[in-house]
Amino acid sequence: MNTRKIEIMVGFFVTLSIGAMIILAFKVADISATGSGETYELKAKFDNIGGLKIRSAVKVGGVVIGRVSSIILDPEDYLPVVTLTLGLQYSNFSETSTVSILTSGLLGEQYIGFSPGFIDETVDILQAGDYIEDTKSALVLEELIGQFLFSVGND
Amino acid sequence: MILNMFQSVGEAVFDRFAGVGRASIMLFGALFGIPNFRKGFPLFVKQVYVVGVQSLTIIMVSGLFIGMVLALQGYTVLVDYGAEDSLGPMVGLSLLRELGPVVTGLLFAGRAGSALTAEIGLMKSTEQLSSMEMMAIDPLRRVVAPRFWAGLFCMPLLAIIFSTIGIFGGHLVGVEWLGIDAGNFWSIMQSKVDLVDDVFNGVIKSIVFAIVVTWIALYKGYNAIPTADGISKATTDTVVQASLAVLGLDFVLTVFMFGG
Repeated sequence: MNTRKIEIMVGFFVTLSIGAMIILAFKVADISATGSGETYELKAKFDNIGGLKIRSAVKVGGVVIGRVSSIILDPEDYLPVVTLTLGLQYSNFSETSTVSILTSGLLGEQYIGFSPGFIDETVDILQAGDYIEDTKSALVLEELIGQFLFSVGND
Repeated sequence: MILNMFQSVGEAVFDRFAGVGRASIMLFGALFGIPNFRKGFPLFVKQVYVVGVQSLTIIMVSGLFIGMVLALQGYTVLVDYGAEDSLGPMVGLSLLRELGPVVTGLLFAGRAGSALTAEIGLMKSTEQLSSMEMMAIDPLRRVVAPRFWAGLFCMPLLAIIFSTIGIFGGHLVGVEWLGIDAGNFWSIMQSKVDLVDDVFNGVIKSIVFAIVVTWIALYKGYNAIPTADGISKATTDTVVQASLAVLGLDFVLTVFMFGG
């Protein structure tokens, strides 16, 4: 083993660990919406998004068609606006579609359930950047319990 | 008879103190001897190769398998509660906080620590160390110091690589095989893992383990009885004591870092 070879191997080792450190720091994975395909964006305004996170899944009937790409608070009415990035192959949704925030299982992660609406001559197809009007907020368990206790107390 | 017993106990206690003292003096001599950067650096690089690069394979392979096993076992429990999406943070946190530094420390003690002890022990028994002293070369500075710094330098890097590969192993089993959603796997992990609290604390742990393991290995080699028996005992001692020290210190560090 000559010195040069050793130096190259050590350099490789150090570079590898710096790379690993960078991966750890940025925690990997720039997972785009649906793999690498082309995407478009829709927006939806909710009253309460519960535990929804960036990169949560958007599902139609359990099939992942896209992901949440950003969550911001509308500065005017203080309601959260969620941007959904969907695969371009799923682009034919009508304006009557609804989105709701659902939980997978009792304690699981939250995702967006997307129910496609009906299509006829009177309704338009959602274009990129459109807002989905019909939204259903997340069920917050604490609020439900609060309401339940309140109604019990009234009886 | 009783007097003899007391005598032997006292002797053992003093032996311990003398051992700690000798080890400290050795470390001090190795670290604070006047450093000669130009001469010392090639030695350091060579030791990084021996200690670090040659441990890379075992670290990577065991990291991959431990990550995969963690994901597999975690999944069977979490799926009952519909919480299998939390597999990401489970794998990530347990690797970064505990398994990365600890298993790396144990493997390092077995792979590199024992080699260091045997090497220095054999140098001692073949009187290479004495000949260095004859040539006015301080063996502490020439032999021990580069190995210590190399160990201190390599182990955090190995631990980082171990954790990263382990997380990919978890991803492999969790996402590719068991079908957890990839977005959830990473995004929940990202929201749960903190760079300072988890990643840096893990690195601090591995630095502490590096100091302890390398120190024990070098001391055991440097103080080995220069016979075949003595070297074999020193090598065994290194692995046993370094592993125990890693596990014990890990508990103490965990209490301080994450114990609230």
